[in-house]
Amino acid sequence: MSSTSIPRTGGTEFTDNLNKVYGLYTGGFVVFVLFLAFLEWMGVPNSIIGYLFVFFTLAVYAGIGVLSRTMQVSEYYVAGRRVPAVYNGMATGADWMSGASFVGMAGTLYLLGYDGLAFVLGWTGGYVLVAVLVAPYLRKFGAYTVPDFLSSRYGGNFARFFGIVVLFCCSFTYVVAQIYATGIIASRFIGISFEIAVFVGLLGILLCSMLGGMRAVTWTQVAQYIVLIIAYLIPVVWLSTKQYGIPVPQLTYGQALQEIASLEQQLVAAGSTLKAHTQPFTSYSPLNYFALIFCLMLGTASLPHILMRYFTTPSVRDARKSVAWSLFFIFLLYFTAPAYAAFAKLEVYQNVIGASLEALPQWVYTYGNIGLMKVCGVDAKSVADVAAACGQVAGHPGTLRVQDLAINADVIVISTPEIAGLPYVIAGLVAAGGLAAALSTADGLLLAIANALSHDIYYKMVDPSAPSARRLIVARVLLVVVAIAAAATAATRPADILAMVSWAFSLAAAGLFPALVLGIWWKRTTTAGALAGIAAGFGITIFYLVVTRYYPALGVESFGMTSLLNPITGAPVVDVAAALANPETVGAVLASKVGWFDVTNISSALFGVPIGFAVMILVSLVTPAPSREMQDFIDAVRRPRGETLMQEKTT
Amino acid sequence: MKTPNAELHWEKTRRLMFIMLGLWFFFSFIVHFFVNALNSIVILGFPLGFYMAAQGSLIAFVVMLFWFAKRQDSIDRECGVAED
Repeated sequence: MSSTSIPRTGGTEFTDNLNKVYGLYTGGFVVFVLFLAFLEWMGVPNSIIGYLFVFFTLAVYAGIGVLSRTMQVSEYYVAGRRVPAVYNGMATGADWMSGASFVGMAGTLYLLGYDGLAFVLGWTGGYVLVAVLVAPYLRKFGAYTVPDFLSSRYGGNFARFFGIVVLFCCSFTYVVAQIYATGIIASRFIGISFEIAVFVGLLGILLCSMLGGMRAVTWTQVAQYIVLIIAYLIPVVWLSTKQYGIPVPQLTYGQALQEIASLEQQLVAAGSTLKAHTQPFTSYSPLNYFALIFCLMLGTASLPHILMRYFTTPSVRDARKSVAWSLFFIFLLYFTAPAYAAFAKLEVYQNVIGASLEALPQWVYTYGNIGLMKVCGVDAKSVADVAAACGQVAGHPGTLRVQDLAINADVIVISTPEIAGLPYVIAGLVAAGGLAAALSTADGLLLAIANALSHDIYYKMVDPSAPSARRLIVARVLLVVVAIAAAATAATRPADILAMVSWAFSLAAAGLFPALVLGIWWKRTTTAGALAGIAAGFGITIFYLVVTRYYPALGVESFGMTSLLNPITGAPVVDVAAALANPETVGAVLASKVGWFDVTNISSALFGVPIGFAVMILVSLVTPAPSREMQDFIDAVRRPRGETLMQEKTT
Repeated sequence: MKTPNAELHWEKTRRLMFIMLGLWFFFSFIVHFFVNALNSIVILGFPLGFYMAAQGSLIAFVVMLFWFAKRQDSIDRECGVAED
């Protein structure tokens, strides 16, 4: 059964009317926000407005999920392959932009200045590689999952299994972090307990994905993209209009940068030490800055939950167009994030630093009370607390200094409505946006993991004769199991797992990028070469991550690792010899502070990718060339015309 | 409809791929090697080196991808291997 011969029942009408449906939806959402603004004006308490926001949006996503239920295998795995390029672009945007991108990206830019832009560049430029090297060819092949392609290209279940291992390693920690983010956002904004919030989020995720698989996730992600982009843009556009008279924050923050630079000079002249906002390489050395960009980009081009979005377009041509649209929709958020950072920094330098301790702005206390703002080392809960804490500091002048203030990265986006003096309804909107970002990413990841288990392991490896109905039941059961496992892990607040999320990009890049790219672009790649390359690249990356993070002493003693260097002074950041002298604390002191050639472990694919490529090429050259049939198969993958190569059986 | 010419198609596709990777490498890495020099130029308040990393390269990536989709499509048509 090919994609074109699927009976077009229940959904054709919907896909024909997408503009109308989502136009109405966007209008409805705007009316809903205005209605809540009216309620606020009428004196309805903030907590009720917060509840209405969260539950109404969750109900809409769940409704879309239930309406998109399906009993067809190709609908469940690839949304029937008829998602238009623009809408798939929006869905990919929501899939891509996580709770952390939405809430934390601007904060990272606030804290790191120029060096934080490595994330902005890395998380956008990778789409060039997706479009040019990988996505259109996987679409032509007609895969349901990324391991599907590895298995066909590299002859069998060994390659499939390697693909599943890499997929699981990079997706599971990531989905735990998303569910954790939904819990944090829901508990912070509507005041329910974190553990309950995690399971409310879980329910939302399951309702969106369980009944309709990829089809349901696609249409909820489009809805979630619309909410998140409106929520992200409104506060900062408002702030820009208020301060500079032009509603284009991406242009006006240039003026803010100028003002920040002159305030920074005054602060430095007055004896403060600070990292200038636009000064490069103050947090990362040039090597680490570019290594991070490299790893994030190649990771983007290998993450299975992103690649599988391009399996849903009607044609190879649409897959390419769709990558361009995806990047456009992602770009809208990422080129706005630096504006948030600049406006927040200006506010802090103008109204917080140098203010007398009794006259700090109100928002400092708002976020101090939920543990996100520290002044003189304690949560800024009240004027008295702050005065007492700073009173303990020897020689404190009584006005706030740069080094007294510690801001959590999450504050920047969520505090902007309050800093701009906007009504509470906008803060609720931002919460709804953050929730949409976290839920949509969690949906995509969960589906990637569950599909690998149900399609690749169960159907392709355990029971290839399973009828469609049973496959779909197994797929759903596994989805629920993985979701509950992820939520249960998130509910324990696992600090380690959250720190590991940034590893996902390096793991995906080292594990999948060489095998995917060479599999398409170099016919000579053999099965033995690919397996050896995946094992070597992925192996060295995970070795570097685990040793630098958990066994740094072993790394120093047996593998020639040395202390990382301070990017400004070039001095070692820890005294390795002194740390080794105390076996009790050596692990904690050295964790993530040692490595080879001063490369931080977040960029460990810098070693894994070249080694993966090298091993793959060398082993391929010494093993017999792939068969004639395999070469014809690769030719067919490269040629857009013709049927997909992986055909679904018609039962 | 033209007769399919798979060799020519792949040659042109490869050439386009190398052009795209060259542009990608330039906007991802090369231009940012010169951030300090570029930062001495200030436009509308933006130091140019900072601007390139915050917006300039991103705009280049978006434009490149739309151009690529169009260009690859015309290669497919020219060589008779486009989808119908």
